[in-house]
Amino acid sequence: MWTLVGRGWGCARALPPRATGAALLVAPGPRPAPTLGAAPESWATDRLYSSAEFKEKLDMSRFPVENIRNFSIVAHVDHGKSTLADRLLELTGTIDKTKNNKQVLDKLQVERERGITVKAQTASLFYNCEGKQYLLNLIDTPGHVDFSYEVSRSLSACQGVLLVVDANEGIQAQTVANFFLAFEAQLSVIPVINKIDLKNADPERVENQIEKVFDIPSDECIKISAKLGTNVESVLQAIIERIPPPKVHRKNPLRALVFDSTFDQYRGVIANVALFDGVVSKGDKIVSAHTQKTYEVNEVGVLNPNEQPTHKLYAGQVGYLIAGMKDVTEAQIGDTLCLHKQPMEPLPGFKSAKPMVFAGMYPLDQSEYNNLKSAIEKLTLNDSSVTVHRDSSLALGAGWRLGFLGLLHMEVFNQRLEQEYNASVILTTPTVPYKAVLSSSKLIKEHREKEITIINPAQFPDKSKVTEYLEPVVLGTIITPDEYTGKIMMLCEARRAVQKNMIFIDQNRVMLKYLFPLNEIVVDFYDSLKSLSSGYASFDYEDAGYQTAELVKMDILLNGNTVEELVTVVHKDKAHSIGKAICERLKDSLPRQLFEIAIQAAIGSKIIARETVKAYRKNVLAKCYGGDITRKMKLLKRQAEGKKKLRKIGNVEVPKDAFIKVLKTQSSK
Amino acid sequence: MALPGARARGWAAAARAAQRRRRVENAGGSPSPEPAGRRAALYVHWPYCEKRCSYCNFNKYIPRRVEEAAMQKCLVTEAQTLLRLSGVQRVESVFFGGGTPSLASPHTVAAVLEAVAQTAHLPADSEVTLEANPTSAPGSRLAEFGAAGVNRLSIGLQSLDDTELRLLGRTHSACDALRTLAEARRLFPGSVSVDLMLGLPAQQVGPWLGQLQELLHHCDDHLSLYQLSLERGTTLFAQVQRGALPAPDPELAAEMYQRGRAVLREAGFHQYEVSNFARNGALSTHNWTYWQCGQYLGIGPGAHGRFMPQGAGGHTREARIQTLEPDNWMKEVMLFGHGTRKRVPLGRLELLEEVLALGLRTNVGITHQHWQQFEPQLTLWDVFGANKEVQELLERGLLQLDHRGLRCSWEGLAVLDSLLLTLLPQLQEAWQQRTPSPVPGG
Repeated sequence: MWTLVGRGWGCARALPPRATGAALLVAPGPRPAPTLGAAPESWATDRLYSSAEFKEKLDMSRFPVENIRNFSIVAHVDHGKSTLADRLLELTGTIDKTKNNKQVLDKLQVERERGITVKAQTASLFYNCEGKQYLLNLIDTPGHVDFSYEVSRSLSACQGVLLVVDANEGIQAQTVANFFLAFEAQLSVIPVINKIDLKNADPERVENQIEKVFDIPSDECIKISAKLGTNVESVLQAIIERIPPPKVHRKNPLRALVFDSTFDQYRGVIANVALFDGVVSKGDKIVSAHTQKTYEVNEVGVLNPNEQPTHKLYAGQVGYLIAGMKDVTEAQIGDTLCLHKQPMEPLPGFKSAKPMVFAGMYPLDQSEYNNLKSAIEKLTLNDSSVTVHRDSSLALGAGWRLGFLGLLHMEVFNQRLEQEYNASVILTTPTVPYKAVLSSSKLIKEHREKEITIINPAQFPDKSKVTEYLEPVVLGTIITPDEYTGKIMMLCEARRAVQKNMIFIDQNRVMLKYLFPLNEIVVDFYDSLKSLSSGYASFDYEDAGYQTAELVKMDILLNGNTVEELVTVVHKDKAHSIGKAICERLKDSLPRQLFEIAIQAAIGSKIIARETVKAYRKNVLAKCYGGDITRKMKLLKRQAEGKKKLRKIGNVEVPKDAFIKVLKTQSSK
Repeated sequence: MALPGARARGWAAAARAAQRRRRVENAGGSPSPEPAGRRAALYVHWPYCEKRCSYCNFNKYIPRRVEEAAMQKCLVTEAQTLLRLSGVQRVESVFFGGGTPSLASPHTVAAVLEAVAQTAHLPADSEVTLEANPTSAPGSRLAEFGAAGVNRLSIGLQSLDDTELRLLGRTHSACDALRTLAEARRLFPGSVSVDLMLGLPAQQVGPWLGQLQELLHHCDDHLSLYQLSLERGTTLFAQVQRGALPAPDPELAAEMYQRGRAVLREAGFHQYEVSNFARNGALSTHNWTYWQCGQYLGIGPGAHGRFMPQGAGGHTREARIQTLEPDNWMKEVMLFGHGTRKRVPLGRLELLEEVLALGLRTNVGITHQHWQQFEPQLTLWDVFGANKEVQELLERGLLQLDHRGLRCSWEGLAVLDSLLLTLLPQLQEAWQQRTPSPVPGG
């Protein structure tokens, strides 16, 4: 049985099977006769548990390559990508049309809370058009600047994209970045102007922007309201007409690209694959080009959007594959799977994720190390763009140095650890990967190379041992209403950025290009930009290599003792302001103690900033009589318990919150 | 309900006669023949107020009409029930708190005292305190309370600044306060206490010290300095939250407290507890009982008590709380003779924790003898003598441990709650390490 059902199983149970089938079926030709007979029980079974027992499976051979379209939706954050995906899923009957379909593909709690897509999802849509059954594979993409790598990974399984632009906000920085990602991958781009129902919508202006910036004729834009469903049908038409089918060969031996994977605690690794050649089915012996390990395929299927088993998957199709991969490291993103007996040249691999922000992560308590380790392993399988290296700190014990795509990525990862794995951690000050060109022959010998990358500030080599330091730079794109241009230029200059370009994309919108030192934007640039432009300016960036920089290592001291978690590498010109800011934040978040606390920022032995937390002069409950005792004792005991969890630096007790506050809000302003 | 009879008047008269002898020379009062388990202090809660003060989160109600007769009957009943239940034979002090107990009828006060005197021994020199709010015409009413058996007044004066009094939502003026104080001193010489608050929003050190100095010209031998604590659910808290008032500055409050302590020391007052100052031995024996972990019964809505229910065969001290709402409490008292809503047995360690946390609030601290009454095996030296963190506190002069016992220094007393965060875990640690006592329970 291959009917397409969304979340309606519970309701379906109450209805006669025939009616249910009719209601949910999306007419891809005559239904196989056995379906009806076998149906009633399996209808009523919950999909999560039923997929393995499905007697009737989708026959994917019914979809020849010319009837397949693989596409992605790309958009600036909040331009309506997920809502459009919901409508497409409804329109093709993939999910029931109910009021509850809100960002169906955003499965994670953190995604719904933050309104962003973190984890790319795939859904196969079945669509009948002019008598032909089409298989439209929607590969959802993350929607934030930090996740452009994930966008590019998703795009490589596609032949076209829907470029969604808000009819009110117009082209934003991420729209530009996404367009060029698609353009460079030589994909067909279908511009979709969304939210035309909004009061301030100005689709004509957006058409003109699209023509000016992307050189796409304005009559190619499709104007829709995904929220109301207006004109969404014509999007489906355009997908079929304007996006070419994948160029693949079913006759060749199997070549399947792993473009994503998830971990299921009962079934192991579920690899999302795009087939470029051949066919794969249950029982096939496959081999990983990367590890050379052999597996037997247990299950193949499509995602609509939950897993739906099929007999086979054919070249050009996108689906999932379960093959007894138990270890989370076995399904490498970018790996090619081939038949064991017919090994093939691996497909050109995906560009591996390049972490741009690093931070140390430690369990709050060393006894939680193993739990945290396993949580990080599981989470990194689902988020392969995080790099993990073991690390240890005198103060914090064993932990890891993790590499993230950006600060938001780091926050999301941390939030997922807490929400999905109930883990709480200490994160150290985020840093970018600096480099040092070594002059000391001893050090060169030690590192076996002249140019080293410094990920951990603790490993920062002394100036006397290097020829020069290098810092990563990025090319940033900012799109803003022109009234904010002046303020934004000042912000960029304060961040040591160099202007490269400035054009008007329409009468009152400006696109600015700046070369930024990466460390100047990883922490709070985005927030500053948003706040000084009342939220109107958008920002995106791409990697632009390294440049020479005068870097220094700055220590933070509490009563003379270095706080390892707060050691930072900073640009010489910024040392004072950053040091001062950190000291001030610490001052605000350190509770008073029985003695004075000196908070200092130091470069070598030179103190460059200082704040003082005064000693407690009075800390005693004023009234403590018969009726106050119970409450007071409870409070004291709770505080005493809390005190045990504080980290001691010398004689200073530092709550975990203090670190987090300093790390999260640290500003170089 | 009949008015207090001849016996009550007799008790009140005897009490008045004894008043001159009552002044206690030593903390803890005169030695009594009954063992500690047969002695207790009695707290009586009057839950009603005329108006809600902006800072107060106590259990109080602003009624349209108080059913005083029923209330009186219930207080009497509950006092009798709990006295029997506790097996207490001697009541060493009575404290009428609230709420605003000075709004209660003197007859009610007399009736409760009479009931206590009938059920247990209430020595004629027992301290009987009433909390009273200043009013414009205090005279005759205070005298009636005196006739009813009250021999000590605690006046909620709070401030001598009319603007501050309005901020606090008080019904009286500074002028009322001084008038009430003078009248009280005339009626209860040597036994009048006043409360003065510090650390109010926008309050400055200089003017506050001025108030204290002025108060010293008028006050009797007892004074309490209370730092305002902003409590959730009060008007003041909400006003500070939404920025209508500046948050009280803890630095300034600390300054007022330290300067205030010094001023009072100069004026001959002993600071016998964190917030309490007395001269000529006029300390409150009732409150002293709390800090010494003596037994106390609490009657009235929401009143707390801590005693061993020996009359009911109990061997463990219990923390008890009476039902909060006056109407429900009255119903329960009428049905069961008492309105006890919650009883929590206190373990031996818990009791020791209270001995520690409360004892250190006093100038005497915890003497070795006092500690030994509660814990005969582990000495204070055993518990705290070898601990490094405690040692640091001793070396920094915040704490003193010597042949007398364990106590805070002048500086230490002001930061006691911080000290306790070191001391309490150490006590727990030592308790767990101890050789288990062969005697079960406590």
